[in-house]
Amino acid sequence: MKAQLIIALLGGLATSTAAVAEPVSYDLPEETAEFKAGPGVEIAQANCAACHSADYINTQPHGPAFGRDFWQAEVTKMIKMFGAPISEQDAKAIVNYLTNTY
Amino acid sequence: MIDRRGLLKGISGAALVMGSGLASTPLSALAAETITLPFDNGERPLIEYPQKRPLIRLTTRPPQLETPFAVYDGGTITPNDAFFVRYHLTQSPPADLDAKTHSVEVRGKVNTSLSLSMQDLRTAFEPMEIVAVNQCSGNGRGFSNPRVAGGQAGNGLMGNARWKGVPLKSVLDKAGVQEGARQVTFNGLDQPAISDTPDFLKALDIDHARDGEVMLAYEMNGTDLPVLNGFPVRLVVPGYYGTYWVKHVSEITVIDNVFDGFWMKSAYRIPANACACLPPGGKVAATVPINRYNVRSFITNLTEGAQVRASSDLVVKGIAFDGGYGITEVAVSVDGGQSWQATRLGEDLGRYSFREWQTAIRIKPGTHVLKVRATNRIGQSQPMEALWNPPGYMRNVVETVTVNAA
Repeated sequence: MKAQLIIALLGGLATSTAAVAEPVSYDLPEETAEFKAGPGVEIAQANCAACHSADYINTQPHGPAFGRDFWQAEVTKMIKMFGAPISEQDAKAIVNYLTNTY
Repeated sequence: MIDRRGLLKGISGAALVMGSGLASTPLSALAAETITLPFDNGERPLIEYPQKRPLIRLTTRPPQLETPFAVYDGGTITPNDAFFVRYHLTQSPPADLDAKTHSVEVRGKVNTSLSLSMQDLRTAFEPMEIVAVNQCSGNGRGFSNPRVAGGQAGNGLMGNARWKGVPLKSVLDKAGVQEGARQVTFNGLDQPAISDTPDFLKALDIDHARDGEVMLAYEMNGTDLPVLNGFPVRLVVPGYYGTYWVKHVSEITVIDNVFDGFWMKSAYRIPANACACLPPGGKVAATVPINRYNVRSFITNLTEGAQVRASSDLVVKGIAFDGGYGITEVAVSVDGGQSWQATRLGEDLGRYSFREWQTAIRIKPGTHVLKVRATNRIGQSQPMEALWNPPGYMRNVVETVTVNAA
């Protein structure tokens, strides 16, 4: 995903006057992080990627403390705290995907 | 040899220990490289964003970029193009940032609502400057033991800059704060993807907001703020964690109650005790909003596993900072913390700034565990063992670098 933003830069002026330059385009680097392949990846992608890139998931710690309970808590947080409109059925599928794939 | 602070790995797979030469490496050569932070699952790409040199990309959308640690050996001021980036909401940085049309709305419990243009901010108020560290609450979270959820960062979510802008006090005075005001809330232009996600608003107590040091900054190290650091204007809250330093500030609202928005009431909370800590793995009971930095210090010129010369003067140097009382003493140990020797402090850029320190040591051939510990004006220092809390905030353990002398 490539977002193009229009901003106005002052061109590094150190003065305190508001000599504002014309808006310039601002390109963010490509979003290259990917969801790991595994059963249910499409459901995870369709829901999670609406708000954040896959590296939010990919960079979480590994190990016994980061199994089903951890991923269930994360998905619940996304729904309850951040208002993610994820159906009950999808939420289950996403927790299974995250538990089995990460 | 694994470098504690990171391992640079080219696309060829050849590995080299990351040293202070990083900052001078040609930028183009770094674009496709990765860095491996020294904890499990710590591999990250180095990506170049507009107005930035290649930084350690923790996440893409919204962007979180970490400063390669070697940058801190380059001087007390962190260059704008190396300064870390941390956003919360999907639409970040916001689209359509335009300094010509940007305005800061001041409203709520004030006598006169204001709509301030950037021109107004730059010309209608007496400007101020302050050198201050901006540090993310979760700086070093990846080192938490046991590990915790959240952004898995090394120690590169901090930076020190000279901020220029206007005191928030001047703006609030112009609006005229009414009797009964309790807090001031701050909103920026970054937006969530969906309306049910809480917008990123932060609050400060009214007295804090009017302390004359909290400021609306439009310049950083002598130039406009980089887009990813809050262009065209951000809040600067000296000594307080970066979560309060709202970027792209657009709304300032004086309220007569304690703000109960998600990012104050539920997020960025720490255990309500003196150490902001719990027994590792413990569950939190009472919490308070995160606030002032604790004391931290780092060796910047020696990396983990460095080969050094024995029995001759070896310079050890680095940085220290705290939440605004000012660093008064930095000591190093060459025997794993059993004995300590004083160091010489560098130029004082103010009590909110990084403070450089330096000393020379002599060590015999062999492996040596170097440690650094700072103390501030009110006697606060750093723990030998890392403190732990569930969100992985406020890490400030005495840092260690092991070197091999020959």
